[in-house]
Amino acid sequence: MNENVEMVATTGGRKTRSQLGEVLFRLRKSPLAMFGLAVVLILIFCALFADVIAPHSYSKQNLSHMFEAPSRQYLLGTDEFGRDILSRLIYGARVSLQVGFIAVGIALFVGGLLGAVSGYYGGWIDNGIMRVMDVLLSIPQTLLAIAIVAALGPGLMNLMIAVGISAVPNYARIVRSSVLSIRGMEFIEAARAVGSPDIRIILKHILPNSMAPIIVQSTLGVASAILNAAGLSFIGLGIQPPYPEWGAMLSGGRQYIRDYPHLTLYPGLAIMITILALNFLGDGLRDALDPKLKR
Amino acid sequence: MTMNANDLLLDIRELTIHYVTDNGTVHAVEGLNLELGRGETLGLVGETGAGKTTTALGITRLLPVPPGVVRGGQILFDGEDVLLKDEEEMRSIRGGKIAMIFQDPMTSLNPVMTVDKQVAEMIKLHRKVSESEALEQAAEMLDLVGIRRERLRDYPHQFSGGMKQRVVIAIALACDPKLLIADEPTTALDVTIQAQVLELMKNLKRQFGTSMILITHDLGIVAETCDKVGIMYAGRLVEYGDTKSLYDNPNHPYTVGLFKSVPDLEEDCDELSVIPGLMPDPMDLPSGCAFHPRCSHAEEACSRERPVMIEIEPGHFIACPVRARALGKA
Amino acid sequence: MSEKSAPYIRVENLKKYFHTKSGMLHAVDDVSFSVQKGETLGLVGESGCGKSTLGRCIIRLLESTSGRVLITDEKGTDGYTDITKVSASQMKELRKRVQIVFQDPYSCLNPRLPVRELIAEPLIVNRVFRDKASMQRRVRELMSIVGLAERLENSFPHELDGGRRQRIGIARSLALDPEFIVLDEPVSALDVCIQAQILNLLNSLQKQFGYTYIFISHNLSVVKHVSDRIAVMYLGKIVELSDYKILFKDPLHPYTQALLSAIPIPKVGVRRDRIILEGDVPSPIEPPEGCRFLGRCFYRQERCGRETPELREIEPGRFVACHFARELVAQGGRTA
Repeated sequence: MNENVEMVATTGGRKTRSQLGEVLFRLRKSPLAMFGLAVVLILIFCALFADVIAPHSYSKQNLSHMFEAPSRQYLLGTDEFGRDILSRLIYGARVSLQVGFIAVGIALFVGGLLGAVSGYYGGWIDNGIMRVMDVLLSIPQTLLAIAIVAALGPGLMNLMIAVGISAVPNYARIVRSSVLSIRGMEFIEAARAVGSPDIRIILKHILPNSMAPIIVQSTLGVASAILNAAGLSFIGLGIQPPYPEWGAMLSGGRQYIRDYPHLTLYPGLAIMITILALNFLGDGLRDALDPKLKR
Repeated sequence: MTMNANDLLLDIRELTIHYVTDNGTVHAVEGLNLELGRGETLGLVGETGAGKTTTALGITRLLPVPPGVVRGGQILFDGEDVLLKDEEEMRSIRGGKIAMIFQDPMTSLNPVMTVDKQVAEMIKLHRKVSESEALEQAAEMLDLVGIRRERLRDYPHQFSGGMKQRVVIAIALACDPKLLIADEPTTALDVTIQAQVLELMKNLKRQFGTSMILITHDLGIVAETCDKVGIMYAGRLVEYGDTKSLYDNPNHPYTVGLFKSVPDLEEDCDELSVIPGLMPDPMDLPSGCAFHPRCSHAEEACSRERPVMIEIEPGHFIACPVRARALGKA
Repeated sequence: MSEKSAPYIRVENLKKYFHTKSGMLHAVDDVSFSVQKGETLGLVGESGCGKSTLGRCIIRLLESTSGRVLITDEKGTDGYTDITKVSASQMKELRKRVQIVFQDPYSCLNPRLPVRELIAEPLIVNRVFRDKASMQRRVRELMSIVGLAERLENSFPHELDGGRRQRIGIARSLALDPEFIVLDEPVSALDVCIQAQILNLLNSLQKQFGYTYIFISHNLSVVKHVSDRIAVMYLGKIVELSDYKILFKDPLHPYTQALLSAIPIPKVGVRRDRIILEGDVPSPIEPPEGCRFLGRCFYRQERCGRETPELREIEPGRFVACHFARELVAQGGRTA
């Protein structure tokens, strides 16, 4: 059979990268995505080391320095209780990211499980689950979150649960459709032909191949979760004072917006930049993960 | 490779097309020379990645840019260089003078438009006719390709693959083009349907006097439909000649290998002879003759010098100096 | 067909129907044939004729609607096991003996796994080896059997060309030392030069290990090259089955005649009388009584619309499903 053994190594000279490397390589080419990634990394850094890098305490009131404009001592000025806005923003990043990631985590776990079961088993199970999801989807997400928080009471944990649960249908749908499309692929049949059990097929073949759209949706989801949480805090259903939350800060500053716009300007900017960065990153990842756009 | 200039419909000179990607430059077509006379049918044969489709896209200027780049050369159609035309002129040439048929009929038909409207659309684009005249001409055209009147108002999904390809042919021929480029027109079809469609194309070609470039990997189809054949390998033409001469007497080592790897219907053999190795990486083509690493006739010079076309019989050219010398033609 | 030995696999009255919105789709409709040990049976037909479905039903990747697929018991015994009826655990054992190679080398390999793991998968799920080292050895051995260079073991499918991917697919199917392999269009997606390499590989593997093949393809010249006997399918039924030489020299069923005459031959001046069939393959949904080929047949008579022709043995080893097969034999096959 020697003639079947390859004789000439004609392919060569082209770099081969690992899959993660390939994705990062393609991500690097999009400046917007890189900007997004940088902002997200900075935010994570701020959240982790808030105690070290924040110049002041987030809660210490200083009534002799109320409504101060940005100065060398207070880089972004102070609020109505004389608290340093920059420090509050830095601590606020901690809350926002926590809410964003944990809420998406909850949504992804519950939604992913429901979606995977729906997609893999199909039939009446699928029908049942997806109809419940349809009902949830027909209620505006914010309204749903408000209802859940109202039932559970305000607080960080309840906020995350509310935002998370209100996003479950989105994840259930996306996981289901990507499981469905992978389940129909020939390599799943090939795995069955060599005797692979269901559990191995799901874990080894279906899940790794359905990650791409889920990662993208999660990145975008973090942004909408942060926005949702800020919205709930703004109307007083989220984080309670004095803990700094961007939405709550925005809400607290709104009565002074005519005289001291910096109270609302900076938290607003923080929210906007974060959301924008996450969306850029999500879009970049979508392009980088799509093998059809390769080359 | 010279013909009386007046008989030439298409004259491609030193065409070079590259795709520039992040991982490197794909040398899709390299210094291609090709001629097509009026009323002739040319078969362009080669494996995946040989540059057949890229050549066709180059002629119709449908090359995706980026990543496609025409690096040089001329494409003289009716004496005028297509590469110098602006987009406005190209639009009237495409469909009007040069029509193209693709492999998958579904992708070239609009799923939400009835088939007679799609043919009429083409006619209206290139001729000054009223809606009803266009529809009447469309009906005649569809009748010609074997689609009955009662099916005119059907949508593409209501047709089978073979019937869809007939509609595509009707669209392509609606404006009586001078050149028809068919890119694997029957690859997606079954053998018995393929036979119908090829028969139809042959008849129509005769009727309209259209020149045709038929891109295929099937040597059998070429034998039945084409006057001339060009064999492509790694973006270059390696052998060219009239079909009879080339099929009776293939001479380039690649062509010979290609013919031998097709199982013969008449004879039994235990083992097919194969060309050793694989197609070269189009980003990293071997120097000199691109085929030399796989070639049993290769000499030292083959890795240095790029072979030129040598006429070994009247109208039969090969890009292999070694074989030409063996035939006493170098 | 040789009467000497008992067949290795017997397919009896196999049916596979699918429910669709517009009615019952008869993908495989009452098909019976047998395959000898070490033989290659070619299965040809046009798209939608049910050949792939039949292949999948035989190795039970699809559950059949009715009928039996009998496979010879493990060496030594004379008995048969019905693949369509065995329990899940028995099927897991049988999977080691019956394997499949898929058509599309681009979609039949998990893009996230390297070559090494793709080939090891059958060994892992069937717990063939206890220690990693001997499994690794077996993977390397398989790679060399199918002609894959060892340096490719960490490559991912998308880095390889179609021919090498198909070699991976073949290595996977050989991993468990099967006896019987369904080859479902294994070379259809490949270029002719690569196709020739893979066909030679399959051929030499059969010689070396004595595999029994069912070779499914729409490409008649490929099927003729690899098969000992050929079955022609049309709309879920086998219309003709005989030795490959006889089938090509003297096709009896009108469909086989048209099919063979439609193959474009890569020779100039070899004119054959081509039978151009009218129309398209009809829908396999709720097909009417009578011969399936009726609408396109050029010999059709009134009887064909009433009675469905059975696949009958008109000469030893020569099966045809046409009412007029005997008359056609008398005419010496093709009248043209």
